[in-house]
Amino acid sequence: MTHVVTANCQACRFTDCVTVCPVACFHGDEERLYIDPEVCVDCSACIPACPVGAIKEEFDLSGDEEEWIEINATRASALPVIRSKQPPLPSAEARRSELGLN
Amino acid sequence: MNPPGPLKVVVVGSGPSGFYAAEALLAAGAEVDVVERLPTPFGLVRFGVAPDHPKLKQVCQNFTEIAGHERFAFFGNVALGRDVSVDELRELYDAVVVASGSSADRKLGAPGEDLPGSCSATEFVAWYNGHPDYRDRSFDLSCETAVVLGHGNVAIDVCRILSKSVDELRQTDICSHALEALAESRVRDVHLVGRRGPAQAKWTAKEIRELGTLSEADVVLDPADLAIGPACAAEIADARGVTAAQSLKILRTLEGRPRERRKAIHLRFNLSPKAIEGAGRVERVLFDRCRLSGEPFAQVATPCGETAAIEAGLVFRSVGYTGVAIEGVPFDARSGTIPHLRGRVMDQGGPAPGLYVVGWIKRGPSGVIGVNRACSLETVETLLSDLHGAAPGKRGRAGLRGLLERRGARPVDFGAWKLIDDAERRAGSAAGKPREKLTSIAEMLAAARRDPEAPDIRCCA
Repeated sequence: MTHVVTANCQACRFTDCVTVCPVACFHGDEERLYIDPEVCVDCSACIPACPVGAIKEEFDLSGDEEEWIEINATRASALPVIRSKQPPLPSAEARRSELGLN
Repeated sequence: MNPPGPLKVVVVGSGPSGFYAAEALLAAGAEVDVVERLPTPFGLVRFGVAPDHPKLKQVCQNFTEIAGHERFAFFGNVALGRDVSVDELRELYDAVVVASGSSADRKLGAPGEDLPGSCSATEFVAWYNGHPDYRDRSFDLSCETAVVLGHGNVAIDVCRILSKSVDELRQTDICSHALEALAESRVRDVHLVGRRGPAQAKWTAKEIRELGTLSEADVVLDPADLAIGPACAAEIADARGVTAAQSLKILRTLEGRPRERRKAIHLRFNLSPKAIEGAGRVERVLFDRCRLSGEPFAQVATPCGETAAIEAGLVFRSVGYTGVAIEGVPFDARSGTIPHLRGRVMDQGGPAPGLYVVGWIKRGPSGVIGVNRACSLETVETLLSDLHGAAPGKRGRAGLRGLLERRGARPVDFGAWKLIDDAERRAGSAAGKPREKLTSIAEMLAAARRDPEAPDIRCCA
């Protein structure tokens, strides 16, 4: 069991999650973040921290979200750890409104 | 004239918020000393996190990495008030960061609360986790029914530990004294009781789901309790209600399951404890049945005129923690926290120079381990915006060492803690568990001695 960053991170990359991660399990590229399932301790601190509800427990994924398990695992292992909050992408606020989450 | 050198900061308390403060301070170039009352670091990760949640304890590896930094030092077995005062630390360091947590538990304020058989969940948790202050407590587990008051993760931990088999617990780092007592336990029914409804419960979805997977206990709940009103529906539809929405979803999967197991965990809602009764010890808990009223996120439980009783021999209250005042530090007794502005401690007249606060003693006892990281980051940001460089004349670590030596204190450094850690792991491995904790300060100090021929270390047990 792990936690997974799903589609909503795309175009947002708010990175609030990394400030509450107790174990540095977030990795990122230019577009979004990924959780390393080998490092995540399943504490769920990141779930309420995400302004766009992008992070879910593996258990709670819907059928079409399950692809994110594999994507998180492979991308995380290839990318650097993100440990500090970074500015969100310029499209983040628009995306949040589009998702009806502000 | 010499350049001022790094900021010298001392953190009081070595739980998660203390370590995350240290991490952020080290990253900013400061020299960081962590002072801890016990010989062992990690606070509630060691004494609070349930023994059957080993994954969460992996955060200790992160803390150990932080402690490995060349500008970090650990001073275990150093107690405020006994060995050093906050005023002395403020003299020695550019800044003092208080990370002392919320170590006291809140009382119910109900009659009968002090009857034998009624205790705080904190005491029980600290006992099975081997906290030196609680190792000699005993809990009479000879009754068949226990009541746990409160709907948070600590309450769930207590339910789970009471409901698991000894074989399931044997492989965890639960203390052997607790395992022996639990092996004799006759507790079969545990009632987990809250004043409000399932949408207001403070537990996390993960914890409630785990209750539904226990091999020896069924979860029993009344479907009527899951029928929520419009204000609750508004709460769980809100972003702030994401955890409650998840846990409610899980609760719905648990209702109506057949009773198959020997033990049961009864989830009870809308019951406010009114009195604990019994002749000489706990025999029953009386409740007012309540209904919710008020706006979303401000709903209160109001008695609706009916009462309910649960016959039980044990009551664990888990209705919140509160901080303990520290001499020399402002304190708000009502909230049980230290008044602050973004982590800067506030006295009546304004900011208390060089005094900062992080973690539960700053914001109150809520939030899982990682939430403390964001909290400590905020405080360190404030600290760095206040202090631009080391002040002349602050003796820092060398000054603290000298002072402790003059007083005959025997601090346990991080290397000495690793000796304790090794001893515990060795003892655990012999018993087929990750570690067997040392539970007295004397044993810890004996294990921390590098040279067995060295003179005896002062024992504070």
